[in-house]
Amino acid sequence: MAASRPELQAPPEIFYNDDEARKYTSSSRIIGIQAELSERALELLGLPGDGVPRLLLDIGCGSGLSGETLTENGHHWIGLDISESMLNIALEREVEGDLLLGDMGQGLGVRPGVIDGAISISAVQWLCNADKSSHEPRIRLKAFFGSLYKCLARGARAVLQVYPENLAQRELILSYAMKAGFSGGVVVDYPHSAKKRKEYLVLTCGSASMASATPNGKGEEGDSGSDEDSSEDEDTSVSVSERQRPRKRQKLSKKVKGKEWILKKKEQMRRKGNKVPMDTKYTGRKRKPRF
Amino acid sequence: MRLITHNMLSSNIKGVTNGFPLRIEAEKVVEKEVDFNPDFLRNMFSKIEWKALTDASKALGYAELPEETEPSMLESELFLRKLHHALLELHLEEGALVCPETGRKFPVNKGIPNMLLHEDEV
Repeated sequence: MAASRPELQAPPEIFYNDDEARKYTSSSRIIGIQAELSERALELLGLPGDGVPRLLLDIGCGSGLSGETLTENGHHWIGLDISESMLNIALEREVEGDLLLGDMGQGLGVRPGVIDGAISISAVQWLCNADKSSHEPRIRLKAFFGSLYKCLARGARAVLQVYPENLAQRELILSYAMKAGFSGGVVVDYPHSAKKRKEYLVLTCGSASMASATPNGKGEEGDSGSDEDSSEDEDTSVSVSERQRPRKRQKLSKKVKGKEWILKKKEQMRRKGNKVPMDTKYTGRKRKPRF
Repeated sequence: MRLITHNMLSSNIKGVTNGFPLRIEAEKVVEKEVDFNPDFLRNMFSKIEWKALTDASKALGYAELPEETEPSMLESELFLRKLHHALLELHLEEGALVCPETGRKFPVNKGIPNMLLHEDEV
């Protein structure tokens, strides 16, 4: 892995030159990660499970690694990327989707209401760089989210897996999504693992009431929360919509945090090398309400 | 680039009020077979701008699509096969897409349209 973030080294169309593009696409580790991220993004898109192929956008499609996941799941897709080198590799791999050479910060150029869903894998954070003097990030974020909102059908979602440099960057991205009219929030998978942690902006086109609650992020053991209860846990998901604000810590009956969860967390801590009390019959026992 | 994509693209140039549809200048067209899926076609049908599709299809050398449509046609396999062919099996490999208002050409090479805007077009 490069010592510093690619985003700090050069603009994407320069960073992803022919060599880098080929390296990226031939790394089995990267292929594996991209496939995982794409499957998860597709899952979070929440498309109806009726077996009907949809027309999707793959924003920052690169060499087509993510697009192939969409094809494998039976969908048609249009991919957009700014790097010719990456797109050339996608051509070599004969991906099924149509490819566009374009800059998402200039607007997507897709007409209103025609797209059933959009994914983006590891791309949107590039918008936050001011590569040229005219590339004021805010203008580009506005153009991107505005055009994305416009081209999505009502109720359709966009799932953007991002690598924000810091919290401020993530908030910046999210704020422009909200300004464009999206409702939704951030889903964080494996929030406690520095290596595995992944963030997805799950955005819905339409009013807040149309959006079902932001799905739960995955924990360490991969217990995926596909049930729809909105989690107040600030670790896993932050639901940002017009009317709701995450309330300060409230005692909720969390289905997730039972004895099993406690045992798993203790095992985790042991593996890290921390001193942890032994597991006994008292571990995670139900306390009296007054406790 | 297939016509399903062309039917969704609009010129993004600053100041352009109606950048759809982009006119097609075709230099090289290729046909590639794709699996026929009537459900997908029926789902897409309401989103398609029909005139844009028939014009584009003719530009690529396929003139079999009817000029007008009505919902009952979605039950006809013959119609769906024609729609399938036009939408998904014709590829513009080399040529250009032209903005209807400004005349600006977006070149298409190896099937990929270059939609990058110049500094003064943003």
